[in-house]
Amino acid sequence: MANVIKLRKGLDINLKGKAAEEKATIKSTGVFALVPDDFVGVKPKLVAKEGDDVKAGGVLFVDKKHPEVKFVSPVAGKVSLVERGDRRKVLSVQVTSAAQQEYVDFGVKNVAGLNGEEVKTALLDAGIFAFFRQRPYDVTPNPEVAPKDIFVSAFSSMPLAQNFEFALKGNEADFQTGLDALAKMAPTYLGVSAKQSAAALTGAKNVTVTVFDGPNPAGNVGVQINHVSPVNKGEVVWTVNPEVVIFIGRLFNTGHVDFTRTIAFAGSEVKAPKYVTMLVGQQLTTLVEGQISTDKHVRIINGNPLTGIKACKDSFLGAQATEVTVIPEGNETHELFGWIAPRFNQFSASRSYFSWLMPKKEGYVLDARVKGGHRHMIFSGEYDSVFPMDIYPEQLMKAIITGDIDKMEQLGIYEVAPEDFAVAEFVDSSKVELQRIVREGLDMLRKENE
Amino acid sequence: MAFIKNILDNMKPTFSEGGKLSAFGSLFDAMETFFYVPNETSKAYGAHIHDAIDSKRGIFFVIIAMIPAILFGMWNIGQLHYAAINEESSLVLNFLYGLGVMLPKIIVSYAVGLGIEIAIAQVKKEEVHEGFFVTGMLIPLIVPVNCPLWIMAIATAFATVFAKEVFGGTGMNIFNPALVTRAFLFFAYPAMMSGDKVWVNQNYMDSIVGPSADAYTMATPLGQLGAGEAVSYDAMDTIIGTIPGSIGETSFVAIMIGAVILIWAGIASWKIIVSTFVGGALLAYVCTPEVAGFEWWEHLTVGGFAFGAVFMATDPVTACRTECGKYIYGFFIGALAIIVRAFNPGYPEGMMMAILMGNLVAPLIDYCFVQSNINKRLNRAK
Repeated sequence: MANVIKLRKGLDINLKGKAAEEKATIKSTGVFALVPDDFVGVKPKLVAKEGDDVKAGGVLFVDKKHPEVKFVSPVAGKVSLVERGDRRKVLSVQVTSAAQQEYVDFGVKNVAGLNGEEVKTALLDAGIFAFFRQRPYDVTPNPEVAPKDIFVSAFSSMPLAQNFEFALKGNEADFQTGLDALAKMAPTYLGVSAKQSAAALTGAKNVTVTVFDGPNPAGNVGVQINHVSPVNKGEVVWTVNPEVVIFIGRLFNTGHVDFTRTIAFAGSEVKAPKYVTMLVGQQLTTLVEGQISTDKHVRIINGNPLTGIKACKDSFLGAQATEVTVIPEGNETHELFGWIAPRFNQFSASRSYFSWLMPKKEGYVLDARVKGGHRHMIFSGEYDSVFPMDIYPEQLMKAIITGDIDKMEQLGIYEVAPEDFAVAEFVDSSKVELQRIVREGLDMLRKENE
Repeated sequence: MAFIKNILDNMKPTFSEGGKLSAFGSLFDAMETFFYVPNETSKAYGAHIHDAIDSKRGIFFVIIAMIPAILFGMWNIGQLHYAAINEESSLVLNFLYGLGVMLPKIIVSYAVGLGIEIAIAQVKKEEVHEGFFVTGMLIPLIVPVNCPLWIMAIATAFATVFAKEVFGGTGMNIFNPALVTRAFLFFAYPAMMSGDKVWVNQNYMDSIVGPSADAYTMATPLGQLGAGEAVSYDAMDTIIGTIPGSIGETSFVAIMIGAVILIWAGIASWKIIVSTFVGGALLAYVCTPEVAGFEWWEHLTVGGFAFGAVFMATDPVTACRTECGKYIYGFFIGALAIIVRAFNPGYPEGMMMAILMGNLVAPLIDYCFVQSNINKRLNRAK
């Protein structure tokens, strides 16, 4: 029986517009793109030029520091645009898909017969290693440093998040192959939710399964690492999105890359929230056109409303995004006397509102407003109540804000990623941008140490 | 209500950078956010949805929690006055008399404090923070009724500038500004803050409504204890609060209603409130000398103990910020307040000093808990 870890702290946010468990397919032609910024910490060095023909799995760019980390095209077609921003920074590498899909052949391999180094090389060559993340710093890993452990969280507890158990259906064999491959490189831990019962998860082989029972952010891999085997200074842990584990399985079982993932298309402004099969890098127009409200300003998010990135119709499905959510922007709303009005339709973790008394079963419609002025940290215990890790979140934040590197290290910055502070950022009455600050702190430390 | 929006939108250019009245920009900003929830939306990176709570809502819940104590304090001013001049009175009359005495105090406290805050916010080009709304209401509640307005104004100005703004404003101060106001009064104008002549109103209201209680003396229970006299109030008086004392502190019942609101809404830490009472009760039981007619637990219902424990010790900015630290912080304050009462003959009430001392050691308590977390992490790495 798997070890069960109960978590008490956290907050589940019930939003309206959860994806119905039915799979839809949409046309998968047009423009696809890899966005280097999705792979945090990577400096792209272009390999493909505009006008080149690439196959699916063909290299588009590599990491300047570690050229063995390759970033490959999700589709076959012609490199149509290298979009650049300030100081010629590469914003995206776009590929217009060809009518006939051709794949780079990496060869079918039996994982059981490979060693860790061979698995790693195969993943690097096929551009799948690029999807990994490492703690510390929550960046694309340095392939030269062997990890202590590899962690996979098989669920997300974020609002409107994809139900991985549903997305897993039909991919069980690939998922297990992926886990087998990871286990070749380092001891691998799979975090499973207490609500999940699929045999492919609870009965996964070659990995240590741990069951997590608790509110959001229990599904965050960082929380799971903290409870199972915390990261110490000098240690490296890789984290892998469960969708990426399926990619790995497909690579070894079919011999070519297939970046298809089942994403949740959800949110109160989506007409019919459901699951959709999309390719990484697919343009969001193909998904949202005609499917979202047009009577008000809306915000399209690449990811869930707590950790995702603001997008528009022309954006591309993010490398780590397992959902696309659409919520009201809210900038047309003018609420009178918000500080004292009862505001029955508002959701709050605080009892100064009434959502604790009369929860809305179907979920709340929350818009993108910050809903308050930015302040210094005033009320105490807010972060702590939703931060299920053995870390003092407020003190860590203050260390980052003051740029105190020693304190950051001592208070456990190596163990966290911005997403771990997402719920704290939600409940914060002082409206501090915690995730941005944590990202800056991690970057500061990485620069210092490398 | 669209007309408010229209008025504000019309005024906005005048107060914005480059407008005629841009010097009052932060005042306009405060007005605007007072009426409307700001509709600034989240940035591209980070949480896109936010809890409906903001610091304004939290702060105003504290004021709501103070309302029972404020109303009772007003009534008690009238009640004590009419009792002193031996005149019949009614509930309404008592209350109206008290309202007449209290209103100028509240107005002076807010005008002085908010005036300074707005001016400084303007200089720093920041929004006006709402923290002073609580401080400004606390100040009239923790002074004796006879404290002159000009003295209160000086003390408020001192505390706002030197206890709060020099540290960086709301959220950055080390000491509770309302208590610094009181400490300033206590040391600068001791005759106005204690003794037996300050608890029954003797100022301008009497020239409006009739005979004055001039030269009427009335001692608080703690004053009597400190002087070694028998306490002339029974326990019920001290619980309901019909006794002399600083305006908001007398009614244990009214304060406890506030405590329930604060704890219920999750605005104040129940850990601090409970541990303060536990600390006080323990020390009162162990240390205080027996006085005829005064039980040890009555220490918790007289003086500023309950008011301090509920409204002042729980100030999140100056209290401990680690959850475990809050227990120690509260216990320390409760215990110290009673130790001062029991062992310092020249100083009948110790709550103010105890909380200020608590504010002083709060960072040290936090340091110990944070350091133990750090040590755990260091040991793990070995």
